[in-house]
Amino acid sequence: MLLIPCPWCGPRDEAEFHYGGQAHVAYPENPAALSDEEWARYLFFRDNPKGRFAERWNHTAGCRRWFNAVRNTATNEIEAGEVTA
Amino acid sequence: MAERLSPLARFTPVSADDLRIAEIPFLTQINLRVDPKSRAAADIGVALGAPLPTEPGTCTSADADVLWMGPDEWLVVGARGHDLEATIRAAAGTAHVGITDVSAQRTVVAVDGPRSRDLLAHGCALDLHPRVFGPGRCAQTMLARAQVVLAAREDDGFRVFVRSSFAGYLADWLLDAAAEYLPEGTVTSR
Repeated sequence: MLLIPCPWCGPRDEAEFHYGGQAHVAYPENPAALSDEEWARYLFFRDNPKGRFAERWNHTAGCRRWFNAVRNTATNEIEAGEVTA
Repeated sequence: MAERLSPLARFTPVSADDLRIAEIPFLTQINLRVDPKSRAAADIGVALGAPLPTEPGTCTSADADVLWMGPDEWLVVGARGHDLEATIRAAAGTAHVGITDVSAQRTVVAVDGPRSRDLLAHGCALDLHPRVFGPGRCAQTMLARAQVVLAAREDDGFRVFVRSSFAGYLADWLLDAAAEYLPEGTVTSR
């Protein structure tokens, strides 16, 4: 089980968290102007690196706040979480 | 008037030298959401007798217990019948504050005695050592896979806030886990 550092509550078991996918995926500025292909690319296409990967987590069983954390997908090492608005 | 039954009304309290488990029903619980830096937060702190705790995982006790739930969220717990909502509303005035009575959401199980930490550790991943989780600490976490709020008090006492619908399950689990700390024959099935 991963030990995930919640920026508010400290390190907690993975079972307390909900995964939110890749972080820093910006919502399109003008969604109506996108082609179907561009929209599908925004919705479904995510990076899949071997190594450092910024992702979103929600501490559902704790403070219920969203935060970003960088996880190394090869080793599962997690760098300290960062508070997001 | 209709009889009011608590979620653990059928739970028989357990009392031994080292461990006591009992429900504390019908406490007044208010969920409070307010910007911790705002004037309203300070005013509410004054009304409750102590500033709202801003350090994660801590609680204060004055006229009521105030438990940190999140950076802008607190659980205010008072005695049965204590009209905390009116107190907080009066202090908040017209400010941008969320005040919700959640008394029926959770019931409280008191786990007291020198064995309380050992018992809770059976199902909780947190470090409950008094050095880390002493009096005045609280946490939202999982106990035996059920979401709970744990609050540590003086003399190895804990308050376990559990959702009403999970209370029966958690009480059964606590009794089962406590079997090794209780004299033979103490635990009778419900």
